[in-house]
Parts: sequence; C-alpha cells; structure tokens
Amino acid sequence: MDICKMTALELGRRIRQRNLSVPEVVNAYLARIEAIEPAVNSFVTVDTERALERARKVQKGIDDGTYKSPLAGVPVAIKDNLCTTGMLTTCSSKILGNFRPAFSAEAVRNLEKAGAVILGKTNMDEFAMGSTTETSYYGATKNPWNLEHVPGGSSGGSCAAVAAEECPFALGSDTGGSIRQPSSFCGVVGIKPTYGTVSRYGLIAYGSSLDQVGPVAKNVSDCAAALEAIASHDEKDSTSIRREDYRFTEALVDDVKDMRIGIPKDYFGDGLDGEVKAHILNAVKALEEKGASVEEFDLELVQHAIPAYYVIASAEASSNLARFDGVKYGYRTEDYDGLHRMYKKTRSEGFGPEVKRRIMLGSFVLSSGYYDAYYLKALRTKALIKRAFDRAFERYDIIAAPAAPTTAPKLGESLSDPIRMYLGDIYTVSVNLAGLPGITVPVGQDKKGLPIGMQLIGDCFAEKKIIRAAYAFEQGKSWEAPEISGVLTQGVPGRDGISREGGR
Amino acid sequence: MANKISDETIEYVGILAKLELSGEEKEKAKSDMEKMLDYIDTLNELDTEGIEPMSHVFPVNNVFREDVVRNTDGSKDALANAPLAKDQGFKVPKTIG
Repeated sequence: MDICKMTALELGRRIRQRNLSVPEVVNAYLARIEAIEPAVNSFVTVDTERALERARKVQKGIDDGTYKSPLAGVPVAIKDNLCTTGMLTTCSSKILGNFRPAFSAEAVRNLEKAGAVILGKTNMDEFAMGSTTETSYYGATKNPWNLEHVPGGSSGGSCAAVAAEECPFALGSDTGGSIRQPSSFCGVVGIKPTYGTVSRYGLIAYGSSLDQVGPVAKNVSDCAAALEAIASHDEKDSTSIRREDYRFTEALVDDVKDMRIGIPKDYFGDGLDGEVKAHILNAVKALEEKGASVEEFDLELVQHAIPAYYVIASAEASSNLARFDGVKYGYRTEDYDGLHRMYKKTRSEGFGPEVKRRIMLGSFVLSSGYYDAYYLKALRTKALIKRAFDRAFERYDIIAAPAAPTTAPKLGESLSDPIRMYLGDIYTVSVNLAGLPGITVPVGQDKKGLPIGMQLIGDCFAEKKIIRAAYAFEQGKSWEAPEISGVLTQGVPGRDGISREGGR
Repeated sequence: MANKISDETIEYVGILAKLELSGEEKEKAKSDMEKMLDYIDTLNELDTEGIEPMSHVFPVNNVFREDVVRNTDGSKDALANAPLAKDQGFKVPKTIG
C-alpha cells in the first residue's frame, strides 16, 4: 500500500475508516518530500514539526467527531503567496524572505476547518509574475516528468509537488493562467474558479481584478472536493460573491449527452504545437463519442488579450506592490539615508528583475498622459473580450482549448525574451479578463514524454459544467506519476539556501 | 510604430515606482519598455469607440457594513514582522526635517 500514490479522497476515506492514521499519512509524505526535493524543489518551506503536531491534533478531532469532511486528515501544500499564520510566506521573493503572517488566508482557514494538514509552502514565480517558476528567489522548480524542463508557472511548485506525489493536493493561484498552464505542463488537474468564488483575503495580491485561488490535484474528483472546501462568501474580500451553490462534487457525473462544446478556431491555428493540437482534438472527439456535440467557431480578439492583460495586471501590480517598502514587514536595506532612499534601496534590492519590469510598466501606463491611451484602452479591450465570451456561451455550454501552445520548455529558454514568454499565456489570460472558470485535465503526452493538458472553459458560475465534462473525459484513465530520475528514497539531507523549519 | 523612451521618462517612472535602477538596468528597462509598448500598441487596431472601460466583470457595488471592531489587538504579532520596532511602533528614518 503506497500512501503517496493515493488520491486525496481515497486517503480521506481510509483515514475515516481507521485504515490509515493521520500521522502515518503525514509521515509518508514528509519522507517522500525529503527524497524528492533535492531533484524537484517544489517547496520553499517544509514545516515538519508543525505538520506532525497538527496531524496528531486532527487525528484526535476525527476520533471525537470534530472533523467529518472528506479531506479530514489529508495533507496539502500551499502556494507561497497564501498567508499562513506563523509560517513563512515569501511569495518566492527576497523582500518577504522572513515574513510570518499574523493571520491565514481564508482559503487556508477553510481547508483547516475541513481538517487538512499543511505540509509546507510551494515555490512560485516571484509574486506570481512569470510562467515557468524560474523567477523564484529560491531557485527554479523542475518538471518531475523531465528535470531539464520547467514545471510552468506561476503555481509551478504546487503542480510539480502533486505530480511528484509530494502531496495529494495543493492550492495555487491563477491571475493569467498560473494554475491551468503548470497543470498542463505537469500532467495534473487544476481549477481556476469564477472570479469571486474563493476569497482573496490573505492572498498576497498581484492583479486584484484577475487573481483567484484554486486547487491542484491528481484527478477531477479531488479538485472538485478541494474547491468545495475552499470556496465561500467572505466579508473580508469585497469582491467575494455569495453563490447559491457550492456543491461542486455533485457535478462528478459521467454524462456529457446534450452538452454543446465550442472549439475556438483561433486557438488552434498558427503557433500551436502539432502534437498538442492532435491530443486535444482527440480528447474532444472522446467527449463527442460520449454524446456531446462539437462545433468550431470564431472567438476573436485572441491576439489582443495578452497586451490588454499585461497592461491591466502590471498596473494593478504596481499599486499592490507599493506596500513592500521595508517599514512594516520583510526586508529592509542595510544602509540608507532618509526615508525615500530607504524605500528605493529596499525595493531595488528586494525585488527581482521580472517584478521590477512589471512595476515599471504598470507605473508608466498609469501615469498622467498615458492613462487613457494604455490603461483605459486595455479596460475597453477587456469589455470586448467579455462580450465575445458572452456570445460564445449563448451557443455552447463549454469551450475546449489548449492550456498552452507547447509542452513544457527547457529550463532557461523562456526568460531571455519576455514577450515570447508572455505569448505562452495566449490561451489562458482571456479567461481571467472575463472572470470565467477554467479547468485543465491531462490528455496525453508528446513524443518527449511531456504531459499535455486540455483546458475547458465555462461561463461565469458554470464550474459544474466544466467539472462534469472533465470528469466524463477522465473515466477509465488512472493517475499516472512520472518516474523521477536519480532520486534516492532515503537519507537525503536538506539543502542549503532553503528554509527548513521544524528540526531540519 | 516604434516607441522611444527617453532618459527623463525612465527617471520619472523610477520615481513613481520607488525603484532605483543602475545605469545598466535603466538601459535594459528602456528597451524592455519600448518593446512592450510596441506590442501593447497592437490594441490600437481595435475600434473601442463607445465601449465603456470595464474594471469589474460583474455588476458589483460598494459593500457596506457597520463599523464595528471585530478583531482583537494584533499589534504584537504585527510588530513581530517589523524590520525595526520601538515602543509599540514601527521605527523609520526621520521624515520631517
């Protein structure tokens, strides 16, 4: 019985049936992390001591009936931009290298209420700005399917950790594709919910009008269960929406009869890798054979989504990241002369190049004289993009698309040319601009053995439709984990430069 | 249309962004920003005449609540993260001359 191969729901079931104990499960994952981390580097922080203490507490809570949820006792990894009380929360940045929040994000609190056990915090692109997890101050995460390739980003640590079986499920965040694209690259399932579904309270903001927290897991059922656990209306997030229905697991039904699937022609043209295209069209065909109807259509505005996204996201980032000034938390420069020099030096030393690039661009597009031409133009483009999706959802229940134009690129290939890296987000950013839900499911591998994911996009609040289609597609397929080359199973010491808490 | 970012502009944006860039970083920032703006200018192909800028995808309004204190005093926890603290406060360089 290999604990680390199990799905989150299976672990939860066995824990409730007293077939497994919570400390036993948590220990198994901590040992797996110890073995895998030197090769993959999914985590910024692993909190062994806290996880074990919490495991004992949760076991008690299960025994006395406090915790009854399907995820009670199940370990989870949390992206390092979600605040966790007392546990390092770095956003993979130097500027937050010593930050221990005084509160937990609402999504994290909801998971804890359900009895989940936090193993640690996962690596990401610095402040979620990037598509490869290479902009992390704490070193790049490697793709478990091939360690010479990136896991995608920005939730690359969460997706790699699930793929490498270092945790059964994880939380990520998605501002322009940061859950769906790395899920595709790592062969796991990830959901970006409708904007407002999961509270952003305690999520360190990048682009507030686009950011959403979502789950990453081995299969659709685990993802639906995790989303059900973290979604809630929260007064502490003024953009949180009170939804009528949070019962996402009800959509785990193998039935796509009468479902209308739209295929945006513009998503399958130039720039899409041939193997990725073939696998996704095959997957759509499988849904058609199960009774769905499939039709091609023109979505339009696809090329304009990326420039609009980068204007809006950078503008919001320049404002959101103004709080990192060396006064209240995080890094402060050593030598300074006066307040303003202190601000400038702290920020210049604390932020990496990609973060600075976006803060500069954001400050520029919001500055007087350029605001109308750039920022308002982008917001008008966003309105047009939303309209295009509204028209599509008059005719289709869901839209099927790639999550990325290629499989995972090699480490070091993307950062040299920012615009090329930004183009990799072409199939994901529109979904954030329009506030829609999207899910990525694995549909196969390319000739190099790298995973390919299909993105299913729903109308606002139509998570259940994309979950149902993804679940129907997934039937008959079992979880497939990569062989990770050169990984020892025992006795690997923690590495330098990585914060290890709890007796490491 | 090729954008040209002047030294003055990059200097000004550095002030807005509270970032201090080295000479080399400034040159890089200029060329990065020029390329990005050229790319962003492709939005001008779109006719957005009469389209309202959309800041939020749903029709949302301000959310009001009674101004009642619900949290407890968290000053100790907050100050624990301060780079420098003194007497229940954050310590900063002198701000008024």
